[in-house]
Parts: sequence; structure tokens; C-alpha cells
Amino acid sequence: MSSSSGSSMRTPRRRVAGLGSARSGTGHFWLQRVTGISNLLLILICVPLVISVAGEGHGALVELLRNPFAAVALSLALFSIAMHMRIGMQVVIEDYVHSEGMKVLALIANSFFTIAVGGVGVFAVLKISFGG
Amino acid sequence: MPGAAERPLSPHLQIYRPMLTMMMSIVHRVTGVALYFGTALLALWLVAGATSPEAFDLVNGIYGSWIGLIVMIGYSWALLHHAIGGIRHFVWDTGAGFGPEWRELLARLTIGGSISLTVLLWIVIWLVKG
Ligand code: HEM
Repeated sequence: MSSSSGSSMRTPRRRVAGLGSARSGTGHFWLQRVTGISNLLLILICVPLVISVAGEGHGALVELLRNPFAAVALSLALFSIAMHMRIGMQVVIEDYVHSEGMKVLALIANSFFTIAVGGVGVFAVLKISFGG
Repeated sequence: MPGAAERPLSPHLQIYRPMLTMMMSIVHRVTGVALYFGTALLALWLVAGATSPEAFDLVNGIYGSWIGLIVMIGYSWALLHHAIGGIRHFVWDTGAGFGPEWRELLARLTIGGSISLTVLLWIVIWLVKG
């Protein structure tokens, strides 16, 4: 395999043709669509909510998030956005970072960042909502 | 890519005349990456709110400063542009909208829609919050 790669006239696609699928070909594509739809719906709900308390005092934020509907919508939005961000950035990394080591590091950093941002955001919403 | 053939596998990007549809494709990616980091600003704002009223006032003050507002306006445009671009992708996913006229129209709707909706959004914010 490796002996035939360097100067081969065969394209990367041709070399893997017939080897069978990696079994996860459409998974991320589909999840990007599904989370795109949920992002859209949740953002339509949450952007007006966030704008309504943006720049107001702390009391306005607490009052908003005491409402379970608002707290759930914002939590779900953060969760959906984090999933969408993670697989979206994974595609970008795979497109531009070609050295294997850097790519693996970037993919790990991507997972850490997106899950941290989503998790911390949801925790903050719930903490305020539950009255702490 | 290791083992990639040393010859062009597809037309050179450099010899393409920039086209609106091509720009919109790039901008969808750029706005996606911008929103990626922008979400951290939302999380930071919420964490400040969960920490103390003082921390919340501090972050609100930074976001409400003139430089903060420029970032907020940019963020809202990126979100609107990416959302409309996403809807355009959903149209394509049904198999529709690939013809030359449609591609061009969708590109114009995306850029025109995102700019006018951003202006409208900030007019409403300005009217409501003054
Ligand atoms: C804050 C919210 C959002 C963030 C952080 C975000 C982030 C991203 C990122 C990083 C990508 C990858 C870009 C690329 O591969 O070129 C992406 C792609 C995508 N986004 Fe979003 N996005 C958000 C909201 C939305 C919304 C509201 C929609 C739907 C209306 C949407 C629909 C899509 C679609 C369909 C793709 C795939 C495009 C493709 O296949 O080339 N996104 N997003």
C-alpha cells in the first residue's frame, strides 16, 4: 500500500474504492442538518429573550430564567448549538489541518471547547433558574 | 495529504473569477467559525449572571461599550447570514435550487436578507431599548 502511494497515478479516491464503507459516512452530515433545524427553532425563541434582558440589571436576568420555559429553551439552545459547533468545526479542521498529529490535537481541542462552552452555559442557566 | 497524486485533481481555485455563489459558500463557513467563538461570549455572559450582580454588571458594561456593540452587531449579522445560508442548504438538500438562476437568486437573497434583517433588528432594539 505505502509503496504504491507516493508516486502513484491513482487518486486517493481510487485507492479506497471497493474497500467498503467506513460506516459513518452520512452520520455527521445528517446531524449537522438536524442540529441546524433545532438551532434555527431555538434561536428564534431565545434571541428575543436574550435581547429583552441584555443591558438590564441582574434582576431582569434572574426573573427571566425563573420562568421554566425560558430556562429550558436556553439550555436546549446551548446544547444544540454545542453539538452543531463541534461537528461543524470538525469538518473545517479536517479540510485545513493535514498533518496527522496537529489534526488529532485540533479535534481534541474542538471537543473540549464545544462541550465546555455548552456545559458551562447550561450550568449557569440552571443555577440561576433554580435560584442560586 | 500523504500519497496524493502530484497533479491537479480538480480545476485550480486560483484561476476562477470570484463569483457571488462562491463568496456565499465561503462566507457560510466564515460565519460558522465566527459564531463558534461567539457562543463563548454568550456562555461568559450567563456565567457572570450566575456568579454575582457585580460580575454581571461588569460583563454587561463591556458588551454595551461601543466596541462591544460593534461585536454584537457583527455577531447578529453572522447569525442571520448563517441561518439564512443554512435554510438555503436545506432547500438544496431537497434537490431544488441548483440551476444557474436559482443559485444566483439564493445567493442574492442570503446576502440581501442578512443585511436588511440586521439593520431591522438593530432599529427595533434601538426603538425598544433606546
Ligand atoms: C450559534 C449558532 C451556530 C453556530 C455556532 C454554527 C456553526 C457552524 C459551523 C462551525 C459550521 C461548519 C462550517 C463549514 O463546514 O463550512 C456550520 C455549518 C452549517 N450550519 Fe451552522 N451554526 C449555527 C447556527 C446554524 C443555524 C441556525 C442553521 C440553520 C438554519 C445552521 C445550519 C448549518 C448548515 C446546514 C451547515 C452545513 C453547511 C455545509 O454542509 O456546508 N447553523 N455551522
